[in-house]
Amino acid sequence: MTVMNMIQAINSAQNVMMERDGNVVALGEDVGYFGGVFRATEGLQRKYGKSRVFDTPISENGIVATAIGMAAYGLRPVAEIQFADYIYPGFDQLVSEAARMRYRTAGEWFLPLTIRSPYGGGIFGGQTHSQSPEALFAHVAGLKTVIPSNPYDAKGLLIAAIEDNDPVLFFEPKRIYNGPFDGFFDRPVTPWAKHPKAEVPEGHYTVPLGKAAVVREGEQITVIAYGTMVHVALATIEAQGIDAEVIDLRTILPVDIDTIEASVKKTGRCVVVHEATRTGGLGAELSALIQERCFYHLEAPVGRATGFDTPYPHSLEWAYFPGPIRLGTAIKKALED
Amino acid sequence: MTIDPERRNRPALELYVPEPHARPGDEPDFSHIIIPAAGSVPRPDIAAQPGEMKDLAYTLVRVLDEGGQAVGPWDPRLHPDTLRRMLRDMMLVRVYDDRMYRAQRQGKTSFYMKSTGEEAIAVAAGHALEREDMTFPTYRQQGLLVARGYPLAQMMCQVYSNRGDKLKGRQLPVMYSDKAHGFFSISGNLATQFPQAVGWAMASAIKGDSRIAAAYIGDGSTAEGDFHAAVTFAGVYRAPVILNIVNNQWAISTFSGIAGGELTTFAARAIGYGIAGLRVDGNDALAVYAATRWAADRARSNLGPTLIELFTYRVEGHSTSDDPSAYRPKSAGSNWPLGDPVARLKQHLVVLGEWDDERHQQLSDELEAEVRAAQREAEKLGTLVTSSIEFPQDVRTMFEDVFEEMPWHLREQQTQMVDELEAKRK
Ligand SMILES: Cc1ncc(C[n+]2csc(CCOP(=O)(O)OP(=O)(O)O)c2C)c(N)n1
Ligand SMILES: [Mg+2]
Repeated sequence: MTVMNMIQAINSAQNVMMERDGNVVALGEDVGYFGGVFRATEGLQRKYGKSRVFDTPISENGIVATAIGMAAYGLRPVAEIQFADYIYPGFDQLVSEAARMRYRTAGEWFLPLTIRSPYGGGIFGGQTHSQSPEALFAHVAGLKTVIPSNPYDAKGLLIAAIEDNDPVLFFEPKRIYNGPFDGFFDRPVTPWAKHPKAEVPEGHYTVPLGKAAVVREGEQITVIAYGTMVHVALATIEAQGIDAEVIDLRTILPVDIDTIEASVKKTGRCVVVHEATRTGGLGAELSALIQERCFYHLEAPVGRATGFDTPYPHSLEWAYFPGPIRLGTAIKKALED
Repeated sequence: MTIDPERRNRPALELYVPEPHARPGDEPDFSHIIIPAAGSVPRPDIAAQPGEMKDLAYTLVRVLDEGGQAVGPWDPRLHPDTLRRMLRDMMLVRVYDDRMYRAQRQGKTSFYMKSTGEEAIAVAAGHALEREDMTFPTYRQQGLLVARGYPLAQMMCQVYSNRGDKLKGRQLPVMYSDKAHGFFSISGNLATQFPQAVGWAMASAIKGDSRIAAAYIGDGSTAEGDFHAAVTFAGVYRAPVILNIVNNQWAISTFSGIAGGELTTFAARAIGYGIAGLRVDGNDALAVYAATRWAADRARSNLGPTLIELFTYRVEGHSTSDDPSAYRPKSAGSNWPLGDPVARLKQHLVVLGEWDDERHQQLSDELEAEVRAAQREAEKLGTLVTSSIEFPQDVRTMFEDVFEEMPWHLREQQTQMVDELEAKRK
């Protein structure tokens, strides 16, 4: 075991997979010599050479499309999109091509392709370095979407994503790259080193796709979160002194409905929290699933604490971010209703 | 030669990945760069067909020679007053950049991007274009605003996202916008402005207007599909637009070879689309001025678009988030063989007998004072607040301008946010 932050864990996952499997290649803007603007591929080019780890032209369309071609050949490309906010030029290739290749060829062609991308706000990155576009991808038939919340899961999930034979979008909550930010922006963030999930095995292991984690057991209410919001949820319920059950989804699609169902049937109340905009977000889908499956166990409507339906503002970041107050209010309401 | 292990009679293929000439620890190496003599490139008539001027895409239009003389057919023969104004604006951009860079380091804002070494590109074009022409810049053409006399304090308010910021703190620093100064809103998403400029120019033609558009894109960003869309549409409709590629040879840590810069020039892309292409020394303010004027005259005469590669060097880091010593030799910027645009224009004015060191120093002091005064004025309206909810803006403005009229759900969310902040303040 080694103590790792999120970046180191993500780097380690790629390193382990490149070592084990000569078909794994890494590509993206600035990922080669420099090792990525967040350093997630640092040292990999030196170790595995330029034909397996390389810089690409600034074309997200080209990155996704060539990664599809490489996957069609039989490689397992891990492509970095520098910020999730810049994934849209690659959207057509993801939605119309990657997502449907297995289906339209009845399994003749399939694409073992991983797209990594830092996402989410909290870093004063303005509207083009802060977005959370996961729901756009969860809406597309044929794409898996994964979001880790800690170094251990990040490595295990990324290895699972690379080994998966279908396209996986792996969104990395950049706000917690260096420490589990909990939404209390006026307090210092404790580094990962102090967190149990920063103990990461050096070698190969997987965290299965499609499996959520119950990160805190509780009786009063279920809080469903992923990414940075897992830490916000834990800090919020601690501050409120509530015995909540907190679920870290880890995979957005396919979602772990069994874990959700069991928890909500137990607590009878639920709030979903995400940083992405509210309308048409994951919260809407989860809320629908829960009322379909747990309606007679519910004591209150399913609540949502989310980003607002505006572009991510630069200076008003902390008014936008769904922090402990917004989540706390939603929890309180679900408990009182 | 290695052999394909599966098909034994065939050689194994290998992937070629371009690599820059020098990395950290190496001496900066610009020996591969061919610099034609100033004045050596012919200047075609603006009515010449693109097919007749293909050579111009592979050479370098230069006016200022090593001794500071303006030579050859591209010399725009500017009045010394114009030269002095251009020098002043370029120096002002540099002082402004240094101040704002320092303000970021002092924690007064989140981010900043300098244009050091590239000042001639925006400033000379700003002087060559008509005031009413529309520009579609990237984040490195703050010189267009300066050349058009946009108040420095207002630029700073944007950088500070403060009470005086007309963009209400919504945009990352340097992503200015000002319609009245012909400066289109800067996007964080690279290349998007390039085809938008073509659309603006097409509209101007549709309406029988006389204004043209000038667009900017970085060398790295030419790889985006938007570049292809822009040049295709511009060519097909003979749009009255100048398409400028600022080739500063770097895209964050990635050298221009990864954007195809080893294969041919960026200007040569014009040839494939059948439009006029020019390759210009971007550190030579007179060459930039002359090329912009030539392309503008073509556009104004319904002769179509021009693609201009402005060859320069990104002297400093990509932004305040970048440390270039991690991927290129430390002294690369100061070894760039085409020199410093400010020093070159200054030398020219001195050679003309229109300038001297004393006046230069005096101007430099004046500009320092001007920038400092603007900074004081801007800071009275606040600086970026990053760890508090005492924002410079009225927080309710967050929900404005998503649409012309605010729908019910945004009004509801606005109320929710105000309640939240009140709870937090308690
Ligand atoms: C669509 C998109 N992809 C990636 C980025 C991240 N990014 C910001 S600037 C930059 C480099 C741009 O280089 P270049 O076009 O040469 O312009 P320069 O910075 O040199 O002026 C990159 C990759 C972005 N902003 N937008
Ligand atoms: Mg560049």
